[in-house]
Amino acid sequence: MPGATAVEMRELVDSILTRHKKAPSSLIPVLQDLQDELRYLPEDCLTMVAHGLGISPATAYGVATFYAQFSLEPRGKYIIKVCDGTACHVRGSSPLYQAICKRVKLENGKATSKNGLFTVETVACLGACVIAPVVVINDKAYGQMTPEAINLIIDELEKEDGRDQVCKTAS
Amino acid sequence: MSWVLVNGERVALNGEKSLLDVVRKAGIDLPTLCYHPELSVYGACRLCLVEVKGWGIVAACHTPPQEGMAIETNTGELRRLRKIALELILARHDRECTSCSRSGTCRLQELAERFQVHQPRFKNGANGQSHRGRSIDASGPALVRDPNKCILCGECVRICSEWQGIGVLSFSQRGSHMSVSTAFDLPISETECVNCGQCAAVCPTGALVVKSHIDHVWEALHDPEKIVCVQIAPAVRVSIGEEFGLPPGDSTIGRLSAALRRLGADHIFDTSLAADLTVLEETSEFLKRFDAGERLPLFTSCCPAWVKYAEQFYPEYLVNLSTCRSPQQMLGSLVKRYYSGELGVSPKQVVMISIMPCTAKKFEAQRPEFTTGGAPDVDFVITTQELADMIREQGLDYTALPEEPLDEPFAKPTGAGIIFGVTGGVSEAVLRRAYEVLASEPAHAVEFTEVRGFDGLRSCELSFGDRTLRLGVVHGLSNAAALLKEIQAGTVHYDMVEVMACPGGCVGGAGQPLTRGDGRVRRRRGAGLYQGDSEQEVRRAQENPAVTALYQRWLGEPGSAEAHDALHTAYTPRRGNRSGDDGACAEVSSAHTAD
Ligand code: SF4
Ligand code: SF4
Ligand code: FES
Ligand code: FES
Repeated sequence: MPGATAVEMRELVDSILTRHKKAPSSLIPVLQDLQDELRYLPEDCLTMVAHGLGISPATAYGVATFYAQFSLEPRGKYIIKVCDGTACHVRGSSPLYQAICKRVKLENGKATSKNGLFTVETVACLGACVIAPVVVINDKAYGQMTPEAINLIIDELEKEDGRDQVCKTAS
Repeated sequence: MSWVLVNGERVALNGEKSLLDVVRKAGIDLPTLCYHPELSVYGACRLCLVEVKGWGIVAACHTPPQEGMAIETNTGELRRLRKIALELILARHDRECTSCSRSGTCRLQELAERFQVHQPRFKNGANGQSHRGRSIDASGPALVRDPNKCILCGECVRICSEWQGIGVLSFSQRGSHMSVSTAFDLPISETECVNCGQCAAVCPTGALVVKSHIDHVWEALHDPEKIVCVQIAPAVRVSIGEEFGLPPGDSTIGRLSAALRRLGADHIFDTSLAADLTVLEETSEFLKRFDAGERLPLFTSCCPAWVKYAEQFYPEYLVNLSTCRSPQQMLGSLVKRYYSGELGVSPKQVVMISIMPCTAKKFEAQRPEFTTGGAPDVDFVITTQELADMIREQGLDYTALPEEPLDEPFAKPTGAGIIFGVTGGVSEAVLRRAYEVLASEPAHAVEFTEVRGFDGLRSCELSFGDRTLRLGVVHGLSNAAALLKEIQAGTVHYDMVEVMACPGGCVGGAGQPLTRGDGRVRRRRGAGLYQGDSEQEVRRAQENPAVTALYQRWLGEPGSAEAHDALHTAYTPRRGNRSGDDGACAEVSSAHTAD
C-alpha cells in the first residue's frame, strides 16, 4: 500500500509488530515485512518500529541503511536489477543499464522513475553468468539481454500496469 | 599463581579481563583508540595489537589472557602494522589540527606523534571519501559534531546507549560510506539527545566537542555597561586545578575567585549556597508529600539531562519530579529578581554567568521558563574546561594566585551545598534536614554514608517510629531507567530517588577536565567534596545564616508563595525524535541498553 496515510501506517506497523516478538532481535524481520508492504521504509514507520521494539530510532536507521535490501526512498512497482558482475560487464551490461535508465526516464541521479513504476539498480553477479548479461525484474530473470529486448519487456510491463489500474477502478 | 610473559617479564594474573589490562599492568602503555574501560569492547582500531607466541598477532583489548602466554608488544611487524593503521585513519580525517579545539588533547594527534607518523603515505581523502565537506552540526545548545574528524571508534555510540540508555548516535551506512549519525541524519537538536555531553567527553578526536560560549563571556566582561555576576558550581572547585597540574580533589575555590576577579567579574557567587536553598525547598516539598503519601517517590530535579530525559520518556512521572529549580537557576532567579534591584539596576543590565561541570546546564539556561523581565536568569554557561581556557588566554598563573573570598550574599555555603556535586550528595543533604524534622528526639546525624559511593544504584532505609523513609540514588540514565521499570512494575518502593546523568554525578560532568575513562579521577574529586564538607563549620543547610537571611529579606519561608514563584518550576512532556509517532515515547525506556 504505497502512499499510505499516517493512520494507515500506524495500523500497518502495529499489525506487523503483533506478528513478531517484542525484542530488538525482531528488527530485521519486521523491516522486511514492512518493506514488502510499502516497498520502502518511511522515516515515521522506522521510528514507530524502533519504539515498538525498544531500540532507539538511530539504531533502527543504522540497520536499515546497512542492508542493501532496505530502501528509505519510495521504490517502484517494478524493481529492475541489472547485473554488473564480471561476466555481465564483459557482455555489455553498461550499455544495457544506460538504455534502461533512458527508457524509464530516470532523472537527476534518482533510482526510481517519476511515475513510481520503475526502480533501476545494479547488482554484482546473480550467479547466472552463463546467460550473461542478466536482468532481474521483481522475481523474474531475463538472460542474454540486449537494449532492444529490454525495451520490449518494459513496454509489456507498462501495459500490464495499465490493465492493473483499470481493474482497480472497476472493482 | 598464574602468569603471562610480557616482553620476557613475568606478570602475575589477577582477574584481568584482557591482554590489554595485563600489558598495562606491566607498566607498558599500549596505544588504543576505540577502547574505554567503562564501556563494552569494540575492537576496531587495531592499535592495541600484540604478538602472542604460537598464535600470531591479536588485538589485546579483546583477547583474554591465558596462563603461560608469551606476549611481545613492540616487534618490527607490530610497529609496521600500527603505523599503517594510523596512516589509514589519518587518510580520512580532517587534519586541520592547528585550528581544532581538541588540539593538544586529541588522542589521535598524540598517537600520530608518539608513533612518528610524520609523512602519512595515503593522500588525505584518497579513497574517494571526502574528509571535508560533510556538514558540521552545531544545532544543539551544548554540542558541535564534525563528522569530518570522526574516526569511527564508536565510543560516543556506546556511551550514549550503554550509560545513558538513549542511543542518539549510531553507525549508519556501510563500508567506506559508514558514518556515525543520528536517526535519519537529523540535526542533533531534533533528537532525543539530553545534552549530557558524555559522548564529547569520550570522543578521542575533535569530532564531538562541547559548544563554546567563551566569546560571549569575554564580551560581557569587557562591557563597561554590564554588571557581571558569576556563579561557581560545587564540582568545579575540585577539578579545575587539574588543568594546571594540581591533583584532582584539591579544592581551589579561593583561587577560582581570584582568577575570576582578574578576568573582570564584578560579583562572584557560590552555587553551593543556592544548593543549600534547594535543600530547604526540596525537603519542605518532600515532607509534605511524604506526610500525605502523595506523588512518591519524589525525583530530584537538579540534573537538567535527567529532567529532559524524564520529559521525553517518562511523562507519566513528571508529577513526581520535584518542582524545585536547580541551584543554578535558583541563584540566577534571585540575582535577576531581587539582587539587581538592590544594586539599583535593571535585570537586563546584569549578566549572570555560570561556571559548570556540565554541558546540559547550557540547555537548561536556555529554557524559556527561566527568565525575569524578558532576560534569561542565567545568560551564559561555560564549563570548567572553558574557564581554564580563559584563564590561560588571560595569561594567569593559576597555581600562583592568592586565595580570595567570594561575595556576599552568596558567599558561604554549608557542607550540604558542597556535596551536591557528587552522586548521593543531594540525598545526603536532604536527609540532614529531613532527619531533624522526622526524628522524635533532636537528632544530630550529619553523615549518611549509605548513600555515598559509586555503585550504579544505592539505597537506604531510615526508620522514624513506625514510619520508614526509603531512598534510592542512581547515576547514569540507563540505571535510572532500570529503576523506573522496577518502580513501574511495583517490585520496589521508594519515597525519594536522586538521579544524576553523569558518571559519579557532577564531578564526572562532560565539562570537567578530560579523564580518559579513568574512574579514579572522579572518585578523588568526590572525595575532595566530602573533605570540603567535613571542614565546614556548618554542615546542615538549615543552619546557614546566609540562607536564613535570604528568606527574611526576599522569600518568607521554605515553600512560601514567594519562594514558589522564584525558585520552582513546572515540566512539560516533550516529544523526542521528530516523527509522526506519539505516545509511544514512554515505552522506549531502558530497553535501549540491550542493544
Ligand atoms: S550529549 Fe548525551 S544524550 Fe546527547 S548524544 Fe551525547 S551522550 Fe547521547
Ligand atoms: S564522533 Fe568521536 S567518539 Fe564518535 S565514533 Fe567518531 S571519533 Fe569516535
Ligand atoms: S556476472 Fe552477472 S550473473 Fe554472474
Ligand atoms: S583498542 Fe583494541 S582494537 Fe581499538
